[in-house]
Amino acid sequence: MKNKILCALTLVTFGLSFFARNTYGAKTIDGQRTADGDRLQPRQFSEFQKIPEKARVRPNPLQTDPDAWAAGKKLFAMHCAECHGESAEGSRKAPNLHAREVQNATPGELFWILTNGVVRHGMPVWSKLPEPERWQIVTFLKSMPTPVVEVAPGEEFRRHSRQAKSIRPEAHKNKTNDGVS
Amino acid sequence: MRRFLFEQTWSAVCLALCVLFIGSRATAQESPYIVTYDHYMEEPGNLDVEYFSNVGTQRGGNDFHAFWTEFEYGAKAWWTTEFYLDAQSTFDQSTIFTGFRWENRFRLLKLEHIVNPVLYVEYEQISEADKTIKEVEGHDVEADGAVPNSVARHEQDHEMEFKLLLSSTFKGWNVALNPLATKNLSPSDPWEFGYALGVSRPLALKASPRACNFCPENFIAGAEIYGGLGDAQSFGLHDTSHYIAPAIAWNLPSGWTVRVSPGFGLNDNSHRLLVRWGLSREFSQVGDLVRGLLGKSR
Repeated sequence: MKNKILCALTLVTFGLSFFARNTYGAKTIDGQRTADGDRLQPRQFSEFQKIPEKARVRPNPLQTDPDAWAAGKKLFAMHCAECHGESAEGSRKAPNLHAREVQNATPGELFWILTNGVVRHGMPVWSKLPEPERWQIVTFLKSMPTPVVEVAPGEEFRRHSRQAKSIRPEAHKNKTNDGVS
Repeated sequence: MRRFLFEQTWSAVCLALCVLFIGSRATAQESPYIVTYDHYMEEPGNLDVEYFSNVGTQRGGNDFHAFWTEFEYGAKAWWTTEFYLDAQSTFDQSTIFTGFRWENRFRLLKLEHIVNPVLYVEYEQISEADKTIKEVEGHDVEADGAVPNSVARHEQDHEMEFKLLLSSTFKGWNVALNPLATKNLSPSDPWEFGYALGVSRPLALKASPRACNFCPENFIAGAEIYGGLGDAQSFGLHDTSHYIAPAIAWNLPSGWTVRVSPGFGLNDNSHRLLVRWGLSREFSQVGDLVRGLLGKSR
């Protein structure tokens, strides 16, 4: 009898967990399903607007550290790539970090996002990484190439509305050396 | 014996399925705590499979080896759910399955603050023979463990446990305080109370630029103190047990984490020595994998 209860409760536990995962996990970080499931809309970066000014202007103390980029790349692969993609190209659940909104963000803004996460939209808090490690990740993120917006001739007026769907960070790979701009 | 074999086989099958079918590994920054909780949740969609051992001395009885398996799943960035299977071997007696626990942790605040609260709710159905000592509550004392397995295993407890996890991280140091309250679902039993306090810090705050197993940033050292605070009818430190336990976690780049923590009893009611160790591995995006197996688009 105990074994049956045990098995049933285990199934219920994992069932509930996966139900939650399936119910909420298929949404993008702003809670809206995207049309194609994989591309992200620029408004998902609205979290940047909530960052306090004091955090926004905070400089990166490791900007000139010669090891910061390589260490940041390693940390990104260990902790961030599973959601953002190995090349930070983004996925259904986490945004493309080559996007203009990220690359135009100040180091302080990226550090604030890393520290606080975007908990209600699925990004965990990363303050468990010590401050210097978070700055190392920021150094790596800021070195990524900015996005290319593909615009067909005659379609320029539609550029902005299609911006997020047209981001192709792959286009930069041949122009940069290992992702360093 | 047949039942025990079934239970152990069942646990082994669960672990094997996880290892065989779950996709890529993830690298976590796990704390060294075994009793205390900090405010960090499992990453959404990730499954952490953990095995722990607790070898303890027993005055007035036989020494024991308690062990448990945890399945920790990040349902949301603010919600982690965890399932435990507990067992123990008392030397020269028997090896028995002692029960299960189902815990849920809910992050209460959206942003990081100086002190970060997390609500912990757990249901447990364990026998009096359980010796994992995952927490100490009420008037738990060493003498409770001297009851033979053949007697203690028939006493089943159905309990709800509530904790407020308060945790703060500053300059690499984490300090976590967990007051707890437990209620046996039997109406005649009073509320019981306990606490756990932990402090930890990585051995290095900056990551080295190369991948390495023995870099100091892969090690997090700390210590925890935990004990009982009596119950609603006799609150206080009398007839309670308390422990201090240095602890270290080794987070390997391969996704494995090893934890070691020798615990020492602080008074005559406590086990003199509890040696704990654990091995865990985190698997990323298990939710996506299951959706894929069910034929849903990823």
